[in-house]
Amino acid sequence: MFTYITKRLLAAIPTLLIIITIAFFMMRIAPGGPFDAERQLPPEIEANILKAYDLDKPLYQQYFIYVGNLLRFDFGPSYKFRDFSVTELILTGLPASMQIGGMAILIAALIGISLGTLAALYQNQKTDYAIMGVAMTGIAIPNFVVAPILSLIFGVYLSWLPVAGWGDGSARNLVLPVISLALPQIAYIARLTRGSMVEVLHSNYIRTARAKGLRERLVVIRHAIKGALLPVVSYLGPAAAAVTTGSVVIESIYDIPGVGRYFVNAALNRDYPLVMGVVIFYATLIIIMNLIVDVIYSFLDPKLRVNG
Amino acid sequence: MSEPILKVDDLKVHFPVDVGTFFSKKATLKAVDGVSFELHEGETLSVVGESGCGKSTLGRAVLQLLHNTEGQVVWMGENITGYPVKAMRPLRSEMQIIFQDPLASLDPRMTIGEIIAEPLVTHNPEIPKDQVKARVREMMDIVGLLPRMINRYPHEFSGGQCQRIGIARAMILRPKVIVCDEPVSALDVSIQAQIINLLGELQETFGLSLLFISHDLSIVRHISHRVMVLYLGNVMELAEKDALYNAPRHPYTQALISAVPVPDPDKEAHKKRIVLKGDLPSPINPPSGCVFRTRCLYADHQCEQEKPPLTTLNEPTAKGNHQVACHKQAEINSLD
Repeated sequence: MFTYITKRLLAAIPTLLIIITIAFFMMRIAPGGPFDAERQLPPEIEANILKAYDLDKPLYQQYFIYVGNLLRFDFGPSYKFRDFSVTELILTGLPASMQIGGMAILIAALIGISLGTLAALYQNQKTDYAIMGVAMTGIAIPNFVVAPILSLIFGVYLSWLPVAGWGDGSARNLVLPVISLALPQIAYIARLTRGSMVEVLHSNYIRTARAKGLRERLVVIRHAIKGALLPVVSYLGPAAAAVTTGSVVIESIYDIPGVGRYFVNAALNRDYPLVMGVVIFYATLIIIMNLIVDVIYSFLDPKLRVNG
Repeated sequence: MSEPILKVDDLKVHFPVDVGTFFSKKATLKAVDGVSFELHEGETLSVVGESGCGKSTLGRAVLQLLHNTEGQVVWMGENITGYPVKAMRPLRSEMQIIFQDPLASLDPRMTIGEIIAEPLVTHNPEIPKDQVKARVREMMDIVGLLPRMINRYPHEFSGGQCQRIGIARAMILRPKVIVCDEPVSALDVSIQAQIINLLGELQETFGLSLLFISHDLSIVRHISHRVMVLYLGNVMELAEKDALYNAPRHPYTQALISAVPVPDPDKEAHKKRIVLKGDLPSPINPPSGCVFRTRCLYADHQCEQEKPPLTTLNEPTAKGNHQVACHKQAEINSLD
């Protein structure tokens, strides 16, 4: 197992390099630059700024300089948030995003898997239709609709929770953003679990378990769940990466100091190093999550167990 | 003869189905339509018939893994018909089943030690762990698996070995009856023989009764004491093995027997082969009267009108309890 993980991590390096290369050149192909402003800067000053950031050199040189810096874990300075390095920016935003994202995905997994299993056990009965109906609604309503409604009901009308704001990350401030983030995930995971659970429950080895005289609860817990979780786990990996790196919509609505807003702002401002930093961070997270998924897979399914 | 341990009386299993894509109508699929038989201790009763004739459904209904629509299943004098899952649970230790696809029937995420032990642990949770392990090893040895393979997973075994695991799993509770649902049809011929012989040995050692579901008449002849021929959920003929193979009375049985290859090219070339025309009719809309009449060479008006009852032959030549469901039985068999 250890060798396997090491191998996979080594294989991630070329993957990352390709992502970095593509992202780097795509950003530069996009029209406009980081220092375009409505008011034209005097040419001497512009030339100075470009020189300071090595932007006057040919593109391929800039690329090698950037990759060279990366090898020293230097992600460069942000062009827009002067005096801050990209690393600093990401690290200040990350805790908030990770906190609500992590909680949201955990809650979504627990509730989603439970609801999906329940729906599968009562396949084509009222419970099933009710759960799947709610799930469909959850998927269909976008979170920029759900979030304001939640904050209207619980924040304004009932005054139970703050309408928005971070407030040092106290629990009261976390509730609404976590729920808004988790809802669509719950719906999706419930549907995924139901589908694979229905399939597993019809498989031959479940029939064997029933013929052995096992209680239905044991049939589900001991035999069915593990098999039904495979597709859910493979969804959860990338989903966890996506949710923990922050959602622009949720973070703007609830005014959360997370990393989500950098994704959009940095791209719009042509803040090249910040865009690159966010891309590398997200890609690395996805790669790690997928590796974790594969490791979990080998626990769930002995057929996929790797040797060595 | 002693009391049968299993008695099935006029068993019917009907499934509601929707016919048609858009404006579907409710219809009834009669998978098993009035089957009666008895199974005695240490006996093998085989159920033969074409695909879709209701063999497997019958096997499952007997174990109440499926609930029957009508009729009775009587287990050792106790009417277990319609028993809820909970009430059936203690009985599962006495009546077990082996399935057709050996690999798919085993949970791929459990070691075979866990798979074989599970029924024992479920029904007798008080047995200490080391004893369970000893019982599992003993059972593995009995069915011809090396006990050192106890920690392997099902996918590491061949089909024949998987079926041995299935048998060990079924046998560990020392059941009185095992329903064998096409236990060898997924295996190579050479492996089939091993598994059949294993079942035979187990039957002798433990006094097992087997309800052996198969479509392979040669295997059935080898293993059975009595044979039941099923067609569209109805019993066509039920007799002692030798009587059925040497002197089949029902035209359907005669056609089936004539299709069994004989391992002698000369005999094979000259044997009389009865070829049935057409396909098995749909069990959703079975023929009126005798269900076999649409493919029968001898069918006439009476067969269309009346369903022939399963009647015991009372001729002096008939051996044992030979039952046939055919109006024309006497005529047909006097022609030869």
